[in-house]
Amino acid sequence: MTTADLIGKIIQLVGGLAIFAAVIGILLLLLGRAPRRGKTVWQILGFLAPAMILLTVGLIYPAIRTTLLSFTNRNGEWNGVDNFIWMFTQPTILQTLLNTVLWVILVPTISTAVGLAYAVFIDKSRGEKVYKALVFMPMAISFVGASVIWKFVYDYRAGDRDQIGLLNQIVVWFGGDPVQWLQSSPINTFLLIIVMIWIQTGFAMVVLSAAIKAIPADQLEAAELDGTNAWQRFRNVTLPGIRGSLVVVVTTITIATLKVFDIVRTMTAGNFGSSVVANEMYTQAFRANEPGRGSALALVLFIMVLPIVVYNVRVLRQQREIR
Amino acid sequence: MSTTPTTAAVTTPGKAGKDGFDQGPSKRVRRRLTSRTASAFALIIAVIWTIPTFGLFVSSFRPAELLQSTGWWTIFQNPGFTLDNYQEVLLSASASSPQLGAYFVNSLAIAIPGTIFPIILGAMAAYVFAWIRFRGSNWLFIFVFALQIVPLQMALLPLLQLTVQLLKPIQGVIHDIIPMIPEQSYLSIWVAHTIFGLPLVIFLLHNFISEIPGDVIEAARVDGANHAQIFFRIVIPLAMPALASVAIFQFLWVWNDLLVALIFSGGTQDVAPLTQRLAELTGTRGQDWQRLTASAFVSLIVPLIVFFSLQRYFVRGLLAGSTKG
Amino acid sequence: MRFTQRGRRVLIPLAFAGVAGLALTGCTGDIAAQDKEDVDCAPYEEYGTFENESVSIAGTIVDTEADLMTKTWQDFAACTGIEVNYQGSQEFETQIAVQAKAGNAPDIGIVPQPGLFNTLAEGGYLKPASQAVEDHVDEFWSEDWKTYGTYDGEFYAAPLMASVKGYIWYSPSEFEEKGYEIPTTLDELKELSETIAAEGDHKPWCAGMESGEASGWPGTDWIEDFVIRQAGPDVYDQWVEHEIPFNDPAIVKAFDSAGEYLKNPDMVNGGLGDVSTIISTAFGDAGLPILDGECSLHHQASFYEGFWPEGTKVAADGDVYAFLMPPTSADAGQAVTGGGELVVAFTESDAVEAVRAYLSSDTWANKRVSLGGVISANSGLDPENAGSDILKDSVEILQNPDTVFRFDGSDLMPSAVGASSFWTGIIEWLNGKSSEDVTDTIESSWPSS
Repeated sequence: MTTADLIGKIIQLVGGLAIFAAVIGILLLLLGRAPRRGKTVWQILGFLAPAMILLTVGLIYPAIRTTLLSFTNRNGEWNGVDNFIWMFTQPTILQTLLNTVLWVILVPTISTAVGLAYAVFIDKSRGEKVYKALVFMPMAISFVGASVIWKFVYDYRAGDRDQIGLLNQIVVWFGGDPVQWLQSSPINTFLLIIVMIWIQTGFAMVVLSAAIKAIPADQLEAAELDGTNAWQRFRNVTLPGIRGSLVVVVTTITIATLKVFDIVRTMTAGNFGSSVVANEMYTQAFRANEPGRGSALALVLFIMVLPIVVYNVRVLRQQREIR
Repeated sequence: MSTTPTTAAVTTPGKAGKDGFDQGPSKRVRRRLTSRTASAFALIIAVIWTIPTFGLFVSSFRPAELLQSTGWWTIFQNPGFTLDNYQEVLLSASASSPQLGAYFVNSLAIAIPGTIFPIILGAMAAYVFAWIRFRGSNWLFIFVFALQIVPLQMALLPLLQLTVQLLKPIQGVIHDIIPMIPEQSYLSIWVAHTIFGLPLVIFLLHNFISEIPGDVIEAARVDGANHAQIFFRIVIPLAMPALASVAIFQFLWVWNDLLVALIFSGGTQDVAPLTQRLAELTGTRGQDWQRLTASAFVSLIVPLIVFFSLQRYFVRGLLAGSTKG
Repeated sequence: MRFTQRGRRVLIPLAFAGVAGLALTGCTGDIAAQDKEDVDCAPYEEYGTFENESVSIAGTIVDTEADLMTKTWQDFAACTGIEVNYQGSQEFETQIAVQAKAGNAPDIGIVPQPGLFNTLAEGGYLKPASQAVEDHVDEFWSEDWKTYGTYDGEFYAAPLMASVKGYIWYSPSEFEEKGYEIPTTLDELKELSETIAAEGDHKPWCAGMESGEASGWPGTDWIEDFVIRQAGPDVYDQWVEHEIPFNDPAIVKAFDSAGEYLKNPDMVNGGLGDVSTIISTAFGDAGLPILDGECSLHHQASFYEGFWPEGTKVAADGDVYAFLMPPTSADAGQAVTGGGELVVAFTESDAVEAVRAYLSSDTWANKRVSLGGVISANSGLDPENAGSDILKDSVEILQNPDTVFRFDGSDLMPSAVGASSFWTGIIEWLNGKSSEDVTDTIESSWPSS
């Protein structure tokens, strides 16, 4: 990298930010001066248009394309529901679907529960910042980095050789025989799920902690003066107060879990009955050069997220009614 | 956590202080106990969550042979300290891959706009969804949030085709005007990260922005402020903690991304991020994986700095500003 | 507006992070360009001279190997005036297909698999090779190699480097001490293994198949080596072309023959544990027990030379060395499998073709091989330039006109099999599934069209 390159990069960065700020500024200025008639409509359009245009180009169009692709074979010819028949007749894919369901049930519930408990326990305690940073740290590590860390933990050395994996060392300390964790189904699926929980707990903790702090102090004090114990205060004051954030956290983690494939890909490559739909989708579309099958699997992911969408619609409706 | 049922069940703020003081001493004792179990529990979680990373941290200072033959917890029985792993990661440079500094600059130049753009655009959209009623707004919001599920890998190809057709000419023009900016600029990577980040950003911010007390916004509207003014004078300042938290997540995502950068960088060093270099360091056949231990920490530094710098925004609580304003 | 004020508060930590990052990594360094005066330009005259041309190359080769490769075109760049930019990435195989479809590919791609080459050629993304490139290939490479760069009768890509698979690593000192002979037939290999097993102090073979998302591939090499030796190159070709099914008896036999070693508790896994440890041992670590005397034989390609710890002497009289897996009978000619890269072009220009012509020349091959670590099947290559005994041996095998060379079969098969179900099939097979069941499963995954 030469100095000229560096200057070029700085110009790009500063210029990019400046142009962006200018565009947004002008847009909002114009909206403020919009004609009185239909002003609200103009304002809605002006606020939404940038995001919606980008989403249409970058996500909606690909989503439609993926849907169409899922009914074609590898040469792009229409083949009806063949890809779906293939999917539901392959035992490995059925195993994959089952694993994905396990992931989607376990990861959001456990990481939210642990994150919430942790956020409550460290709330206003000494060293809260450090506590938060420790559990947040896995979030800051990339999925691939996290997989490397846990591959170390699950490492296996045969027989009487020194273990370098912590989990097997613990087993050995307690007098057990080391296990090839990642190769043994079905335990390997649970061990991979632990990695995802380890990562996502930090997210749940940070968001929920912010929500807990938003609960007005006088409500908690009032409850305390009423003689309630900590658990009752948690159930009757804290929990209702953070309900909105809880829904957000669970929803976000669920979707992240459905999409995750780096962990599986790096740690077991989907072997030994540990694959998930997103990993299988990647394998089919990019490794096996079968975009049709990959798209069909992507469509299954779309469908799996529907219950969550429906639940969010209901929550949203309730919120609107309250207001 | 143990619960001792007490007579007072559901409480409302209005009933406060009725017979509070005669329970004083016992309450204090109970509080101390629960807080002790709570602290212990928190400590256990913190330790469990940190051990794997700590193990890697210790490993990153050990020579490759020791790393493969003994556990990191035996560091005292099998002492061996080396900075080689870090030296290789930080200082190795060559004709095919310049020094890490170049990649560092690229990563920052990708991640900063890749965080700010979606946050601002997302906040604008989230404000509309939360505070302006129009027909179909709920459905549009749900639709946007459901877009999160579109797998990145499936969206890459169509988006790349579009950027090649639409953005490449623009990049060419910029290169002609300012020759210092290479033809392959960051523009397409920024756009890609903005798009892929938007659904989650809108979803998270919607939740926070809609919790801003309605009377604050109503009061501003009565004063004759338009939506642009409300957005900048009220929503942005009040939602600052939320913006900061969401910014952290978006920043992490962009910082740790490899795939988007690889595909949209068009294979040139002008824009390749740190993650690409770190992935390379493991060697063509992955034989130098001990370098991964050091590189994991090198790439961790910036996210942690960002986390600590922005932490003060959200430890205060989401709506800390509302009482003032 | 308050926006800017607030915005700055977000920016400050980010900027701080940037400064910290720069301070941490040291600053930028300007790399001096090669000076034309210092270079002997005679070998590069045939490629012409250009003004302000630059050519981008992408491939899977990274790190030190990429540095060595970059060195090979410094003189070329100085003399011809073509600036060559190389970008290596381990995700190249995924990346290149997407970029080619979107019209954003680099000028030249170094493709490590004929299967991927076929996909790209089929999609119409590649430019045919110029006459100069084709002349080089006709002159320096065998017909086998040329076919791998040809699609539908059109010649697109010259080969670059090569590797020879099917080596069996051993400890020369152990062989000498115990009086073992290097086997010349597959039966002798079997007898040798049984002898070592019978002596009882360690298992004869060690193997490892763990390789992240590509786990299982070392097993595909075993199968291919047995197919080409037992059933011959013709059946091998039919097998990879899917003219015979994957569960053909000849292939099942190859699985069974490999299983006599890999699934036999008396044979594996020396120094590593029992049969089940094959799938959990990283392929790079699997041969190391030979050094401790806990294992005698390890099957892996010539590149495994780079995996021995520093200070290990790799030579016929050193700590470790390798012999090629023997043919079925001593008088049968040697048939080997191996790998290599193909140099494809996505854009058509004189500069791109000049670079491609240079990469296919004997000048390049000698230059790159002299830098060490790799070999080429280029017949203009002087074996003496090879950096080590084992590489010299490989060059001689490749240049021997009697050698039948076949590309690694899993690289030739459609990626649904070669980079997917064949790998996972090996894992399942080692996990206890029968040869018949596994080959049936792989056969059913073969793309229909």
